Amino acid sequence: MNEFNNILSVSELTNIIKVTLEESFSDVSIIGEISNFKAHVSGHWYFTLKDAGAQISCTMWRGVNSYVFFTPQDGMKVIVRGKITVYPPRGNYQIDVRSMKPAGAGELQAAFERLKQKLAEEGLFDPEHKQPIPKFPKKIGIVTAIDGAAFQDMKSIAARRYPLAELVIASCKVQGEGAAKEIVSAIKLLNTRDDIDVIIAGRGGGSLEDLWAFNEEIVARAIFDSKTPVISAVGHEIDFTIADFVADLRAPTPSAAMELATPNKDELFVFIDEFSYYFTEKIFEIIADYKEEISGITSSYGFRIPLDFIKSRNQYLDNVLFRFQNFFDNKILFNKNRLELLESRIQSFDTEKILRRGFALVSQEGKIVSRKEKFDKDKSTQLKFYDGEITIKHG
Amino acid sequence: MAKKKENSFEDSLQRLQEISDMLEKGEIGLEESIKLYEEGINLAKICFGTLKEAELKVTELKKQLEDGLKDQ
Repeated sequence: MNEFNNILSVSELTNIIKVTLEESFSDVSIIGEISNFKAHVSGHWYFTLKDAGAQISCTMWRGVNSYVFFTPQDGMKVIVRGKITVYPPRGNYQIDVRSMKPAGAGELQAAFERLKQKLAEEGLFDPEHKQPIPKFPKKIGIVTAIDGAAFQDMKSIAARRYPLAELVIASCKVQGEGAAKEIVSAIKLLNTRDDIDVIIAGRGGGSLEDLWAFNEEIVARAIFDSKTPVISAVGHEIDFTIADFVADLRAPTPSAAMELATPNKDELFVFIDEFSYYFTEKIFEIIADYKEEISGITSSYGFRIPLDFIKSRNQYLDNVLFRFQNFFDNKILFNKNRLELLESRIQSFDTEKILRRGFALVSQEGKIVSRKEKFDKDKSTQLKFYDGEITIKHG
Repeated sequence: MAKKKENSFEDSLQRLQEISDMLEKGEIGLEESIKLYEEGINLAKICFGTLKEAELKVTELKKQLEDGLKDQ
């Protein structure tokens, strides 16, 4: 009966195991590959950590897992830190995970590739899902941190290029705990409005870890589900995220995204200017065409008939006038001559009367000498009598 | 598409293009052409002014709906 000396109840034994394990493994770090990952609606995570020879169950509670910047995926190698806990009702043990990080730099890249592959197979990146980006957006939705440099860049580019637009920012965290969820709700928030023409979702440059939120599946799905077209704008030119593949348009940087979303004011000025020039040029051309048409009509034979008639009448009138003119001119000339003749006769008639009475007219060199002092004894003198003239030569 | 804006910038640009096309075709009379010309010049002037005087507006959308959306 010796072998039954120390009899323990199941609970007692489990309790000893619990104390032993929990005291010995209150702070352990374990490396392993994730499998059976489940994010429960309660917010807690359940998964198994395994390697080639063993596996162990893990839990990570809601308040703690929000500090993990990435969402774990099956196949991802991670290092977790936590403690062993024993759950007596089930007789099992697990790791209560306090923190988690990728096991190496390649892990995130591998996770990225896996998600990319999965979503590509689902068709989330297919070109037929891409929505066109409007050319003249009235309202541009922005999903980024309102106090970030990216937002400042976007604002100044919008102000320079197309100040007619309104920026509607749904501010959110873009890195660290809870960033992915905030990005998702910001996209959804903008989608509750029907006046947003395009959404730009992004942030400035950073490490792969910083940009990770844009590699999360929930963000990819929110972009895919967005009714409003989305331009992704994450990091620098070289950074590619899952968001870039699923977005309707990928911009290399936030600044570039704003340039893609807006027309250029200066080009618009030129565009409008060209219309003004064109309109003016065209209307002159139209008027000139009409003028030409009119002058074509007026110079046609039909229009010339009345003009020719007028011309011939004109000529006739000129002739008549000319004849009248001649007639009157001749008449005037004739009368003028007659008048002159009469005048000289009247004059001569005057002196004749006097000479007839016996007077004589004294003249020297053709001038009448009417006074004594005008007489020049050295000149020859003409005397005119009624019946004739004599000349008294000097000497 | 709740309501069509009475005269957005984009609509104005579209109208300019229409006027340009109509003048180009030359199928309309002189009076109509002159009317279109006046409309076009006026519209261009308005567009120019609108763009020149515009100032960027920024509104922040507060997340009143956030809690409701989180559960989705």
